Amino acid sequence: MQPRLLVEGAARKLDGPLLFLRRTLEVGLNDAVEVRGRDGRARLGRVAALDEESMTIEVLENTSGLGLAESVVRFFGEPLNFPLGPGILGRVFNGVGQVVDGGPPIAARENYRIEGMPINPFARATPRDFIETGVTAIDLMNSLVRGQKLPIFSGGGLPHDRIAVEIAGHARLRKGKGGDFAIVFAGIGVPFDTAEFFRASLEKSGALERTALFLNLASDSSTQRLLTPRFALTAAEYLAFVEGKHVLVILTDLTNYCEALREVSSSKGEIPSRKGFPGYMYSDLATLYERAGCIKGYPGTLTQLPILTMPADDIGHPIPDLTGYITEGQIVLSRDLDRRGVYPPINVLPCLSRLMKDGTGGKYTDPDHPALSSQLYAAYARAAQTRVLASVVGEEGLSAADRKYLAFGGEFEGTLVNQTSARSLDESMAVGWDLLKALPKTELTRLSDRQIAEHVEK
Amino acid sequence: MSEARIRWISGPVLRATTDGRFALREAVEVGPQRLLGEVVSLDGEEVIIQVYEDTTGLKPGVVIVGTGQPLAIRVGPGLLGNMFDGLLRPLAGSSSAFVTPGVAPARTGMLPFRPKVAKGDRLARGAIFGEVEGAGGRVQRCLVPPDREGEVVTVAPAGSYAEDAAVLALRDDAGATHEVAMSHLWAVRVPRPVRLRRPGAKPLVTSQRILDCLFPVAQGGKAAIPGGFGTGKTVLLEALAKGCDADVIVYLGCGERGNEMAGVLEEFPELTDPRSGRPLMERTVIIANTSNMPVAAREASIYSAVTVAEYFRDQGQHVALMADSTSRWAEALREVSGRFGELPGEGGYPAYLSSRLADFYERAAVVETLAGATGSVTVMGAISPPSGDFSEPVTSHTKRYVKAFWALDVRRAQARFYPAVNPLLSYAEDAHVFAEWWAANGNPEWVALRRKFLTLLDDQARLERMARIIGKDALPLRQQLTLFCAELVNEAFLRQSALSPIDRAASPARQSAMMRLIGRYTELAESAVNAGARLEDLAALPSYRQVLRMGEEIGEEDLEKFGALAAAVEREIGALVQEKEKRNAATTAG
Ligand SMILES: Nc1ncnc2c1ncn2[C@@H]1O[C@H](COP(=O)(O)OP(=O)(O)OP(=O)(O)O)[C@@H](O)[C@H]1O
Ligand SMILES: [Mg+2]
Repeated sequence: MQPRLLVEGAARKLDGPLLFLRRTLEVGLNDAVEVRGRDGRARLGRVAALDEESMTIEVLENTSGLGLAESVVRFFGEPLNFPLGPGILGRVFNGVGQVVDGGPPIAARENYRIEGMPINPFARATPRDFIETGVTAIDLMNSLVRGQKLPIFSGGGLPHDRIAVEIAGHARLRKGKGGDFAIVFAGIGVPFDTAEFFRASLEKSGALERTALFLNLASDSSTQRLLTPRFALTAAEYLAFVEGKHVLVILTDLTNYCEALREVSSSKGEIPSRKGFPGYMYSDLATLYERAGCIKGYPGTLTQLPILTMPADDIGHPIPDLTGYITEGQIVLSRDLDRRGVYPPINVLPCLSRLMKDGTGGKYTDPDHPALSSQLYAAYARAAQTRVLASVVGEEGLSAADRKYLAFGGEFEGTLVNQTSARSLDESMAVGWDLLKALPKTELTRLSDRQIAEHVEK
Repeated sequence: MSEARIRWISGPVLRATTDGRFALREAVEVGPQRLLGEVVSLDGEEVIIQVYEDTTGLKPGVVIVGTGQPLAIRVGPGLLGNMFDGLLRPLAGSSSAFVTPGVAPARTGMLPFRPKVAKGDRLARGAIFGEVEGAGGRVQRCLVPPDREGEVVTVAPAGSYAEDAAVLALRDDAGATHEVAMSHLWAVRVPRPVRLRRPGAKPLVTSQRILDCLFPVAQGGKAAIPGGFGTGKTVLLEALAKGCDADVIVYLGCGERGNEMAGVLEEFPELTDPRSGRPLMERTVIIANTSNMPVAAREASIYSAVTVAEYFRDQGQHVALMADSTSRWAEALREVSGRFGELPGEGGYPAYLSSRLADFYERAAVVETLAGATGSVTVMGAISPPSGDFSEPVTSHTKRYVKAFWALDVRRAQARFYPAVNPLLSYAEDAHVFAEWWAANGNPEWVALRRKFLTLLDDQARLERMARIIGKDALPLRQQLTLFCAELVNEAFLRQSALSPIDRAASPARQSAMMRLIGRYTELAESAVNAGARLEDLAALPSYRQVLRMGEEIGEEDLEKFGALAAAVEREIGALVQEKEKRNAATTAG
C-alpha cells in the first residue's frame, strides 16, 4: 500500500475510536487510513462516513495519545489491503499482518482486500471430504469435512487449546498419513502464554513450518482485534484459492473479537441489541465464518475451526447463539465432564455437524457410519433422561431397561468420549458397536436387522 | 432521467441532493459501477437512498441516476431451474467465483414461443397470449402484464426468442401501442392483482407425516417454522421443497449459508419430482442472498421471492414459497432502519415490523387469476429466534398471521429425533377443514386417529412429569400403557429422517396405512393389558420392532406389506391375549 495523501491539522473532534475531520480531499467510503499522533505511532483506520465538508474516520486501534491539532492522517485511496505472496507459511505476523518474527518481509505478489468478497453461492462446491481428527466424539458422532466451519464452544479453563492443537496435528483424509493441511492460526486477544503454547506445540509436532501465525495478544489494542481474523482469513484464502492448498484455520478466541465489536459499537453510540452487542453482529460474524468453503474448479479448500468461550458457560449467550446460527454445527465442551476427568470433555448432545450427512456413509466413510452415530445419539439421549429420573427417584425406582441405559451413559462417556490417544475412524466405530451390545436389541430402532447381526450380535 | 449527487454516505445509506424529480421507492443507479439502489425517503431537495450492494469507494459528488421506475424484477418463463440473487439477478454465468458489485449479467438464452392469440384479439390484463414448452414438456403460459390490456396489433410466429424480446404488440383504448415480451417487469413491493381470493379447502401435501397428519397447512396457507440453531428448519424446508405437491417451488435463502444454497443447487437436479418424473430442479427457482451478502438486498429478497411466486400463481399454478429465514430479513429491516435514524421499538426492530410481516404473509392465498384460472401461493417461513426463545418479536408477531405453527424443539433435535417438531407447542388452525379431503383420499378415520395421537402425546407429557416425581414403575399399568403407545406414535410414526432414501417422503396412502396400523396397535395393546399382559410381553413380540422400523423398511412400492405387518400384529397380540386368558382361567379355576 503506497500512502498517497497526507492531511494534517484537519481533525475537529475525537470521540472514542471516531475521529472527525474536515474533508480537504477526495476519498471514498471504507478507504484505509493511517493516523499518526504526537507519539509517532501509526494506527490503522477506515473512512466510516462522508459528506461534502467532513468525514468520520473509524480508528481501528487504540486512540489514547491522539490529539487533534497534531494528528497526521495518511490516505491510501483504497480499502485495507494485505499484500501477499509465496512464503507466508512458517511466518509469524502481528494482528494487522506485519511480520514480527525478525525475518525478511513477505515478497508480495498482489494486494488482497482484507474484507474479502462473498463467494458466489453458485460457484461453491459442496464440501464432501471427510477429515479424520482422531477424536471419536468428532469423527464418529459429528464428522468434520473439508470446507466446513465447525466451531468449538468452550468455557474458561477448559482444554480447548489442547484439542485444537491435537486436531491440527492429526487432521488427515481417511487412511491418510497427516500433514495434508496448511494451518493458519489467529490468536485474537489471547494471553502470551496461550500464543506460546500454540507455537511450541505446533513446533513440537513439526507443523510449524506449514503454519502462518497471526497474533493479537491480550496486551494489544482491543479494536485491532476486529482486524486480526480478517488478515488471517485473507492469508488463508490466498493459500487456498491462489496457491491451491487445503487450509485449516484456527481462530481463537472469538469471544474477545465480539467484545471488541461491542466496545467499538458502543463508543460509536449505536443502539445496542442483546446484552449490549450491536444488532449487526450476526452479519458481521457471517463475513468471517462464511469465508470457509470449496469452490468449483479450485483445488484448494478452506476449513475453519473457530474457538469461543461461552460467557458463564451459557450457550444461549449472543456470541455462541449467533455463531451457531451461522456455522455448520458446533462442538460443545462440558465443565462437568472435565471435572470428571473425561478428555476431551465433549458433551455430544448439544454438538452437531451439519455437513456430516454430505461426507459420511458408503461413498466417503463406511456405509453403516451414519446409522451407528444416530443410534448412539438416541441411546445416549435416553441415558441422559434416565439420569435425570434417577437423580430424583433413585436408581431403585428405575425399570430394568432404564438401568441398562444408565450404565450405557457412563460407559459412553468413559470409553467412547474419553480417549488417551488419537483413534482412526475404524477404531472409533469399533468402540461404538461394542457399547451397543449392552442394550436390548428390540430398542436399537435406528439400526437395521442386518446391522445388528453384523456388528452388535457378532 | 433525474440525477442527484451524493452528499453523505454511511454504509448502505446515502443522502443526495437533487433538483430533479424522484419518486418514493424509485430504483436508482449509483456511480460508474451502476450500483442498484432504491429511494426510501424524500425531503425537499434531499433524497435518501438505500443501496443494495457494497458501497466501498463511493464519494460525495458521485452521480445517482433515477430509472423512473419502482424497484422491479423481470418475471418470465426463464426463471425456472435457475438461481438468482436477492434482486433476481442471475448468479450463474458470472466469470468470477466471488460476487462483485455492479450491474450483473442479464438473463440470456432463447425460449421456444408458441402464440395463442391472433391479430385483432382483445386481451385483458393478465391474459394468456402464448406458451413456452420447456424441457420435459412442461408448458408455461406467457402473460400480458397485469397493468396492460388492448387489441393485438401484431404477434410473432412460433419460434425461438429471447425472453425479453417483444413478441406481441397491443393497442390500448387510448390508441397507444405497447410491446409485450414473454417476460415483464413487476414492482417487487406491489402484490400482483387477482380476480378474487378463495378460501383454502385442500391441504398442501408435504409428505412429512407429522405435518400432514397432525399439523397440516392449507394449499394457499401460511406456516411458520421457529426453532433455535441446528433444530432442523432448513432440512425441513428442503424436505418440503422436494416432497410437497406444489407445481412450482420458490426457495429463498435469506441471510443464511452459502453452502446450503450450493447444496440445493447440486442435489435438486439429481432428484426426481415424483409427480412428473422430471428433475426437481425444473420446478424450482432459487433466490439466494447469503448472510455475507449486502444486508439491504436481504431486505428486498423476500419481496422478490414472493413476487416470483405470484407470477407463477398467475399462470394457474400451485406454488410453494420457502423462506429461510424470515428473522434475517427482519434483522436487515432493523439494521437499515437504524441507519435512517428511525426510532427503535421492541427488540430494536422498527415499529412497522408487525405490519411488514402481515403484508408478506398476506400474499399467500388461493386465487382466481386475472385469466380465470385457479392458482395458489403457500408461504412457509423459518424463524430463528435468539436463544431459541419464542417470546421474541419476530416469532410472536408471525404467530398472529400464520395458520400453521411448526415449533422445533432442541431436546428432540439433540436426541436426533427428526423432524424435531414439538407436538405440544405446534398447531394447525385449519386442520378440521381437511377431513373431507382425507376421506376422499382413502382415510375416513383421519380425524379420529389424529385426535387419538394428539391426546396420547398430551397425556405423555403429563405422565412423564409425574414419573419424574414418583418413578415410572410406580405409575398404574394403564398409564404405563399410555406412555408405551405414545412412544410408539413418536418412534414409529412421527420420526421421519429427511436423509433416509425410503422414508424421506411419504405419500398420503403410505401415511394412512401407517396411521391405521398404529391406531389398531394401540387397541390391541390395550386388550392385551386388560387380559393381564405386561408391556414387556408386547415389546418382546417380533412385530413390535417391525412396527417401530416400518418407516425405514416399507417403501412406497410395497404398501401391501403394511397389510402383512398388520396381520402379524393381530396374530401375535391375539395369541398373547389367548395365552393370558387361558392362564387367567386356570388360576380362577385352581
Ligand atoms: N428431518 C431431518 N432428518 C434428518 N436429519 C435432520 C432433519 N432435520 C435436521 N436434521 C439434522 O440436523 C442438522 C441441522 O438442521 P438444519 O440445518 O436444518 O438446522 P436449522 O434449524 O436450519 O439451523 P440454523 O438456524 O442454524 O440454520 C442437519 O444438518 C441434519 O443433520
Ligand atoms: Mg438453517
